[in-house]
Amino acid sequence: MSSSNLFNIAALAYLAATVTFFAFLASRNRRVGLGGTMATLFGFVVHTAAIGFRWKETYDLGYGHAPLANLYESVVFFAWAVILIFLLMDARYRVRAAGAFAVLFAFLAMAWAQRRLDSGIEPLLPALQSNWLLYHVITCFLGYAAFAVACGVSIMYLLKARHESTGGNVHAGGAFSLFPAAKVLDELNYRAIMVGFPLLTIGIITGAAWANYAWGTYWSWDPKETWSLIVWFIYAAFLHARITRGWVGKRSAILSIAGFAATIFCYLGVNLLLSGLHSYGAG
Amino acid sequence: MRTVADDLADSIWKFFSSLKLTIFLLIGLAAVSIIGTVIPQKGSPAFEKYLHSVSVAKFHLYYKLDFFDMYHSWWFTALLGLLCMNLIACSLRRLPRDWKSITSPPMVLDEALERSLPFSKPWKTRYGASEMERKVSEFLGREFAAPHVTRVGKEVHLFAQKGRYGRVGVYVLHLSIIIIFIGVIIGSLFGLETYAEIPEGGSITTVVAGPGDRKIELGYTLRCDSFSVSYYETGVPKEFKSVLSIIEKGRTVVDKSEVIVNRPLTYRGVTFYQSGYSTAGPPSFHFSARERATGSVARVTARQGETVSLPNGDSLKPLEFIPEVRPNFPHASGPAVLAELIPRVGEHQTILLLQRYPDFDSQRGGALAFTFDSVDEAWITGLKVVRDPGVIVVWIGCFLLVGGLITAFFLSNRRIWVRIADGRAVMAGNAGRNQAAFKDFLVKLSDNLKELQ
Repeated sequence: MSSSNLFNIAALAYLAATVTFFAFLASRNRRVGLGGTMATLFGFVVHTAAIGFRWKETYDLGYGHAPLANLYESVVFFAWAVILIFLLMDARYRVRAAGAFAVLFAFLAMAWAQRRLDSGIEPLLPALQSNWLLYHVITCFLGYAAFAVACGVSIMYLLKARHESTGGNVHAGGAFSLFPAAKVLDELNYRAIMVGFPLLTIGIITGAAWANYAWGTYWSWDPKETWSLIVWFIYAAFLHARITRGWVGKRSAILSIAGFAATIFCYLGVNLLLSGLHSYGAG
Repeated sequence: MRTVADDLADSIWKFFSSLKLTIFLLIGLAAVSIIGTVIPQKGSPAFEKYLHSVSVAKFHLYYKLDFFDMYHSWWFTALLGLLCMNLIACSLRRLPRDWKSITSPPMVLDEALERSLPFSKPWKTRYGASEMERKVSEFLGREFAAPHVTRVGKEVHLFAQKGRYGRVGVYVLHLSIIIIFIGVIIGSLFGLETYAEIPEGGSITTVVAGPGDRKIELGYTLRCDSFSVSYYETGVPKEFKSVLSIIEKGRTVVDKSEVIVNRPLTYRGVTFYQSGYSTAGPPSFHFSARERATGSVARVTARQGETVSLPNGDSLKPLEFIPEVRPNFPHASGPAVLAELIPRVGEHQTILLLQRYPDFDSQRGGALAFTFDSVDEAWITGLKVVRDPGVIVVWIGCFLLVGGLITAFFLSNRRIWVRIADGRAVMAGNAGRNQAAFKDFLVKLSDNLKELQ
């Protein structure tokens, strides 16, 4: 069994989970929700195995490196991290309904990687031959994943808050009434960012440490570095806004969505649109 | 008596220590930082090209606004400076109150405190105050933390807390950012960053750096013994390697250290990074030419572009060196050279010689069969030379930053007070973070306590 087949199975499991979670929102049947979580868990196990297989495949080709070296591998890992963060948050805070969006993000990422990106295993360029690759990429992507979950929760918040403010009742929309209460979603958004922000911070620091080791400078205002700092500024603003009156709720949700948009630009936009030192992911 | 000056000082202080300013600065910094990622910055590879494409009016405007080096411009530095001042002012404003709360928390649950807390629950009990004190103390010690006991008149006050240093996190975090900035400033004032080129076999004792291209003595001799590039079979570079030695006062203190990307060499605070390379001239090739008729072999050496004559009167001219042939010829690998064979009579012929396949050229069936034995490339290694005494300060700052973040986010200061009088008691509490979850915990706790009726 090759890693590519396993990735396809994982993607299909996420698609099934997404459909099930939306069915859960519509039907409000707890068993359906459980089915969604089970499908997600199954996909995650297969996904993890596939990453392991791909790692082994790099050794079979004589390269031997963590499968985090090009755009395809990073998108696959991003999807894995989103599922991991969602499953952890669900285990801790019981937020099955948030799965509708979180697992959808992971499915879209997997579908894009499998259908459109070059999945060839390539050897590592000299600049990437370092253990820092592992620490840097894992922390950054877990951070990105937490922000993705926060963004999904924020979208749900905006939908739910509008529904609540129009005096929404159960008849007006079964789906919205099954969303957790707006207050809970707001709190979850905050929790996810509290997880993501330290991870992003460690990701930026490991990146700086690595840059210092490989290039002799820990910060060079390369577009990738600058965008990671922009993301950091936005979430720092978000965290400070939380302790200011009047910034909880809708503005928080908007800031969280803006933060994730900046995250996506930092991750993909910089490589695809801007030029700089950090162009490995574009391949 | 308050004066106008007092009021002014007061409002300036309020402005600098306000959270609104923090949010404004953070969002503002995020927004303006985008400019330098869209407009190529001075020194970046895209800058030269961009200068040719931009209009004169735009150039003047951007130049005036420092957009070509915006991260070092006065206004960007001023924004960062303002953020630092804001951070210090905010911390100073809140520190005294938090410090007092950490070192001498209110141990007595009076009415005013009770009203300010998000959770309080009274209950009646049949036990006397001292009996209750014992039972509740034991209970809190078991379920939460050992309480501190204060007696006020006939009332007994219990106070227990966890994570008392959770509040310190945010100050450590803010301090760490100042420390990082100090590290950056130390680096820019006392640091050295330059580039040195050394040909194979050559050495340097100075580097050129700073304004006016000053010559800086290294205090030792840095020698490049050799440089090499290796390739994957896909033709992508695998490794750039300089072999460096350092000779100090006639003694070899570093002998043939292999420096590759991601493995620099540090000596006496100066670090040398493998950063680039160039060639000192065209490469020389060593060939063997075997005469088919006689079997005699002649060895010839030719530089790229140079024509050498062969024993039978033909000539050979190496045209191009191919370090890895795999991308062009999927069934072969290794280095190759493309050469022009110029016979005494007849047509010129372009031939390909593969180092790993010595029999390859004999299949051509010419009068001479060539093998490509080796290549001498005269390399010049390019080293980035850095001395940055601020780096260690930056890392200390980063370490504190992460520690502060984790403390501030995940260590919550949770406090419980219990006031006991004859026949009745009140439990109250609050948490520095995640109030809702702590409230659930308190509800459960008070339900258990009520069984001590």
